[in-house]
Amino acid sequence: MKMTFPNPDDILNFTLTIEPDEGMYKGGAFHFSFVVNQNFPHDPPKVKCTQKIYHPNIDLEGNVCLNILREDWKPVLNLNAVIVGMQFLFLEPNASDPLNKEAADDLRLNRDAFKRNVRTSMGGGSVRGVPYERVMR
Amino acid sequence: MASPDVPPRWTHLYKVLTKSGPFSDEDWVPGPETITSLESSKILVIGAGGLGCEILKNLALSGFKDIHVIDMDTIDISNLNRQFLFRQADIGKPKAEVAAAFVERRVKGVKITPFVGKIQDKDEDYYMQFKIIVCGLDSIEARRWINSTLVGMVDFEDPESLKPLIDGGTEGFKGQARVILPSLSSCIECQLDMHAPRPAVPLCTIATIPRQPQHCIEWAHQIAWQEQRKDDSFDSDDLEHIGWVYSAALERAKQFQIPGITFQMTQGVVKNIIPAIASTNAVIAAATTSEALKIATSCNPYLENYMMYAGEEGVYTYTFEAEKKPDCPVCGNLARKLTVDPNMTLEVFIETLGERPEAQLKKPSMRTEEKTLYQRFPPQLEEQTRHNLKLKLKELIEDGQEIAVSDPAYTIDFRFRLSFQ
Repeated sequence: MKMTFPNPDDILNFTLTIEPDEGMYKGGAFHFSFVVNQNFPHDPPKVKCTQKIYHPNIDLEGNVCLNILREDWKPVLNLNAVIVGMQFLFLEPNASDPLNKEAADDLRLNRDAFKRNVRTSMGGGSVRGVPYERVMR
Repeated sequence: MASPDVPPRWTHLYKVLTKSGPFSDEDWVPGPETITSLESSKILVIGAGGLGCEILKNLALSGFKDIHVIDMDTIDISNLNRQFLFRQADIGKPKAEVAAAFVERRVKGVKITPFVGKIQDKDEDYYMQFKIIVCGLDSIEARRWINSTLVGMVDFEDPESLKPLIDGGTEGFKGQARVILPSLSSCIECQLDMHAPRPAVPLCTIATIPRQPQHCIEWAHQIAWQEQRKDDSFDSDDLEHIGWVYSAALERAKQFQIPGITFQMTQGVVKNIIPAIASTNAVIAAATTSEALKIATSCNPYLENYMMYAGEEGVYTYTFEAEKKPDCPVCGNLARKLTVDPNMTLEVFIETLGERPEAQLKKPSMRTEEKTLYQRFPPQLEEQTRHNLKLKLKELIEDGQEIAVSDPAYTIDFRFRLSFQ
């Protein structure tokens, strides 16, 4: 896991790179932009995936479905909690809360096919006609 | 005693101010002195909206004679149902000016000075002239700003620098009034985690199975807009944008057979409009202004320090004393002065922080308000700021500038004001 700051004087805008070392997404490097606004911690940070990836809880625009980023955010939570939550999404994609419905259906109906699709998409291939970005480390 | 020439408007008020009551402080001297002190108290009202109109009217009718009001907004037709100082002909005019003129006209002898603009346009000198500040705001951001400004103004050698802040807030049938004595009592920042963030619908519900018309609007606003109009930045005041979201939401609602979407509802959801209720505003404004009267005259004890009002199911109110947070980033640790040699490098300065008895920080990271000086974590930031270690303090900061220092051994930030030798 790595954080990069485009401008070190602005610590409210940064990129987080998650590199899962186990699970179906092992070997990938996933980039997320974090924007922490002036209302933090009253408002949650805004997190978006900057790549087009195949994941049940991340849509093709990069929106992330993680409960603590929206409906379950509380000002007592911190960035650590968010980052741990994001790592967990790559270990255990969640088919019951889908943002990418096709990916969620694949995961639910045929886990092995889903795994294959994950590998294909991570290598820059297409799944169901949708081309994905190459995200291998 | 009230003299016979007291104008009838003030006879009741003067009864309160010219006699001790069972709850008044032993040292309080009722009479003309108190009345003069009330009339000469310069008081600032922040916000001239739903609460602001009520507050201005109440203060004027409570005997305040020198009132200032600040608001950046102009009058919209949707304000007229409750912001009773405004008329149809005032639409488009600045709220602060219209409200000030109206109250001045109705209550003879009161002077109201409006300022049309943001609270951030004004500096400490401006806020220093007031005795009390009353807020009728609708944003947490603005509250946090005025709170930290007032806490920062406190000079322990000058009691006049401590400006009581009375904050009112409403949301539908709910409301709150609180009295804050900056640096002495619990501040807005201390109480920040009491406010529940707005309830949000899970993004997945919006993306997959909408159940309510609002879900369809959120979908159009957050997902469809991004997909189809990525290059236009969404402006909630642009009617064309709202119209687009409205028709996209209608389309989606049709697919899922959800009835009930209207243009007005779209506007409400997108702009996060909470229905404002005139009577709630009246209740809360009354609470804040009677605190202002008590603080300005000392005639009775004031609220300590938080009154909540819940009117959505019957009526429930509860008053309690919110406590100061020792680690509050605003009032928990005020900046300490540190004298340094401007030619010292940042690296040496950091070492000395470990030795100086007033600091004793072994692994500090530090930044000014704008600039990251040196950050140990995360490693990428350490790398990016490492070159600063070799620079001299005078190359990094100015004389008298404040820095925030954090250290893994403590959960709070320490603040130091560095003055050059």
